Amino acid sequence: MRIGVPKEIQAGEKRVATVPEVVEKLIRLGFTVAVESGAGEGANCPDDAYREAGAEVLGREDLWAASDIILKVRAPQVHPELAIDEVESLREGATLVSFLWPAQNPGLLQRLASRRATVFAMDSVPRISRAQKLDALSSMSNIAGYRAVIEAANQFGRFFTGQVTAAGKVPPAKVFVIGVGVAGLAAIGTARGLGAIVRASDTRPEVRDQVKSLGGEFVEVDHHEDGATAGGHGKVMSEAYRKAQHDLYARQSMDVDIVITTALLPGQPAPKLITAGMVESMRPGSVIVDLAAEQGGNCELTVPGQVVVRYGVTIIGYTDLPSRLSRQASTLYATNLLRLMEELCPAKDGILHVSMEDEMIRGTTVVKDGVITWPPPPIAVSRMRKNGATAAAPVAVPKAEKPKGPGRMARFASVILLGAACLMFLWVGAKAPPAFLSHFTVFVLACFVGYMVIWNVTPALHTPLMSVTNVISSIITIGALVQMSSPGHPVPILAGIAIVLTSVNMAGGFWVTRRMLGMFRK
Amino acid sequence: MPEGVVTVAYIAATMLFVLSLGGLSNPETARRGNLLGILGMSLAILATVCGPRVTNYLPITLAVIVGGGIGVFAANRVRMTEMPELVALMHSLVGLAAVLVGYANYIDPAPGLVGVDRTFHEVEIYVGILVGAITCSGSVIAFGKLSGKISGKPLLLPARHFLNLAILVSVVVLGRWFLGSGSGGGLLPLVLMTGLALTLGVHLVMAIGGADMPVVVSMLNSYSGWAAAATGFMLDNDLLIVTGALVGSSGAILSYIMCRAMNRHFLAVIAGGFGTGTGVTPAVGATPAGEVQPILPKETAELLRQASRVVFVPGYGMAVAQAQHTVSEITQFLRGRGVKVRFAIHPVAGRMPGHMNVLLAEARVPYDIVFEMDEINADFPETDVSVVIGANDIVNPGAEEDPDSPIAGMPVLEVWKARVSIVMKRSMASGYAGVDNPLFYRDNNRMLFGDAKQMLDETLKHLKDE
Repeated sequence: MRIGVPKEIQAGEKRVATVPEVVEKLIRLGFTVAVESGAGEGANCPDDAYREAGAEVLGREDLWAASDIILKVRAPQVHPELAIDEVESLREGATLVSFLWPAQNPGLLQRLASRRATVFAMDSVPRISRAQKLDALSSMSNIAGYRAVIEAANQFGRFFTGQVTAAGKVPPAKVFVIGVGVAGLAAIGTARGLGAIVRASDTRPEVRDQVKSLGGEFVEVDHHEDGATAGGHGKVMSEAYRKAQHDLYARQSMDVDIVITTALLPGQPAPKLITAGMVESMRPGSVIVDLAAEQGGNCELTVPGQVVVRYGVTIIGYTDLPSRLSRQASTLYATNLLRLMEELCPAKDGILHVSMEDEMIRGTTVVKDGVITWPPPPIAVSRMRKNGATAAAPVAVPKAEKPKGPGRMARFASVILLGAACLMFLWVGAKAPPAFLSHFTVFVLACFVGYMVIWNVTPALHTPLMSVTNVISSIITIGALVQMSSPGHPVPILAGIAIVLTSVNMAGGFWVTRRMLGMFRK
Repeated sequence: MPEGVVTVAYIAATMLFVLSLGGLSNPETARRGNLLGILGMSLAILATVCGPRVTNYLPITLAVIVGGGIGVFAANRVRMTEMPELVALMHSLVGLAAVLVGYANYIDPAPGLVGVDRTFHEVEIYVGILVGAITCSGSVIAFGKLSGKISGKPLLLPARHFLNLAILVSVVVLGRWFLGSGSGGGLLPLVLMTGLALTLGVHLVMAIGGADMPVVVSMLNSYSGWAAAATGFMLDNDLLIVTGALVGSSGAILSYIMCRAMNRHFLAVIAGGFGTGTGVTPAVGATPAGEVQPILPKETAELLRQASRVVFVPGYGMAVAQAQHTVSEITQFLRGRGVKVRFAIHPVAGRMPGHMNVLLAEARVPYDIVFEMDEINADFPETDVSVVIGANDIVNPGAEEDPDSPIAGMPVLEVWKARVSIVMKRSMASGYAGVDNPLFYRDNNRMLFGDAKQMLDETLKHLKDE
């Protein structure tokens, strides 16, 4: 089958869906490859390089007409000035691979289906370990994160590294990264590499170690709530969380020089995290890079696609960061596409086999032979959350199955106990003398104090705690002490023994606790 | 010292006790907590002795000195691995003291109480002795089980729930008899009841398996508190009531926390028997097929040397073998080489709550690399080597994967998710729960058979030889 790679028609788009190195590998899979003349110009891949790699270089119309499989970067679009409609150009029954954003473009999906096409959306690759090699979104985010720091450095009027020079001391730049996804991590790594002090924040606490591993500092929102979803993306958080988060960002904005925001929610506009007030509170000369600009931006003042200066702060809203590193982006994207082709063509015979049994292929396929197959059935758990889920799930199962034995009996017993306790309270209230009632009040209150004091004890200290409570319970000795002074023989003797016993307990218990606690060290 | 001053001193002692328990909830303040406890106790005793109701100083001083001497002596001699036994034994002392004080109070000429007041007073005596006796005999049995003098296997009499119930009913009947008898005539029912309560304590703890001992120890701790509270009612003493209630509720909460950690119902543990309500020993599930892969200390050292993330999972076996110091040395060695070493502690590892923490602390393992199950369980997939030292049930994957397993649903440390797990064990015998462990047969599991201390010593030697 013939693979065709057209030139991207979106204004300013410099990427191309394949590069010469990858062309060779595609040919080895049994495909013939055609490239539109000038397709690789923006990515420094001249036509000759493609020819050398074994590709045919064709004009636009020949290419679309002759190709069974079209590889693209951007979703097919209509370009009135050039009078091009890419969907119309696609051959009836052909295969298309590109970014597509099916949730945002239902109409496009319909039109492609009416061409009886088979379409793979590179943005719909399921987030499972096996599919990582296809994950073009991650490839692009990685580049965006890197480029975000470079753009920031370009606009920022100071060094990133702190230096002491003959001309004075230079403080290091402080960078705050919001959202630790692939882009966020790339930004942290790049900024660290340039010598900045990097902090990062995310709604998912499990990314803490990833941040640390790159040399960043993880700043936690002072409110506990886990923001990870079954798909490994972030989710919308509660009101209280957002308040705490807002406070954190406000504090950080005042302190840092560069803010890089990467917060996205699946299928929704980007959350507004940096308010106009926060921008105003930043030092003049600071830089904000808003990687979510295309989805509306994380900063209220972001203008998508542009660099603006507000309150002396430069806000970068570029939506084409991967394209600004066109050669690298094209190479990575081309490799992602190559991996997909390998999966689709295991026999290396140049013919596509679309197996809808494979959850990776199933998820990526959005139109199959003219039938819309998007959205795919959900995949159970992502690799991130698997541990938590398996730990929690089995606990519930046996509970449901096993109440016959001790469970049901125990529940029955607790109901009876509760009833008995109520009756006893009533009876005590009705019958008891006032002196007893006052003691009883003290007793119940003390039980509650005990509960409050103990509930949060760290498990490491259970033993010392138990040993101390044990000692304290030898307070019984008070009774024995008083009885010692009773007349007659039997009472003082009994009391004397009791005093000896409790003294053993008191002295021994405190001593051994002291020994134990002496050993705890940091 | 007038009565009012004594009362004020008691209030101060009460506050000191509360502060003491509060201080013990955090390693930073724990030592101060213990000191406050000592201070409170001394204050209470001094105030009582100086109070108007005490005149007989010499025997008191003697008794305190003798008892205190024995206590300090025992506390100095005990090894950290024997802590659970010691604590259990001390509980029995408190129980016995409560019984003695109760009897003394009954024999003591009554302070002229009549009517309801008198009835209540007698009920208080009765309950105090009952709880004290159960605590006393139960703790002795717990001590026996923990020190290995009595088999750790649960003793399951055919009709044990019925037996317990029968004893309780008889206690109530005897109680009526006791209340109905005139002054001094109630001694016989009181003695009979004490006998029954002692039997009940023995029977209750005998029926509980060794694996549940941590819960039992803290339960008995709670009982000793209730006994003190009952004594307080009997003696009209608020200090005793407050202190007893503090200890009682804290012990009960500790037991509850632990039961939750084992996914067991509180009452099911107290009622005895492991995981079965019918009194039948759990049928061991199908024996997992497969071969175990034994290795030698040398290969263990090799695995550890190549790892960059290691998690140790200590269990009772480490305590028995006294291996904590060697573990600590290995830890220091590995950490010195830049290996990330951590410890994972299951809530019920060992025979007492917090047992493992105490041992590791004794061996000077820094407490900030010691983690609880919930904190560390998610990290096993990123761990290179997990080393299980003498633990079994708490690392049994059957609890998660096999719904028929007797320990199904109990949260366990997921050591098998590490790249390699090494289990140190003396033999292939099953754990306290009597359940076979499919972990041993996993492809990524290695068995290091032998005494934990000896094997670890050799491993350390090989590590250092390199």
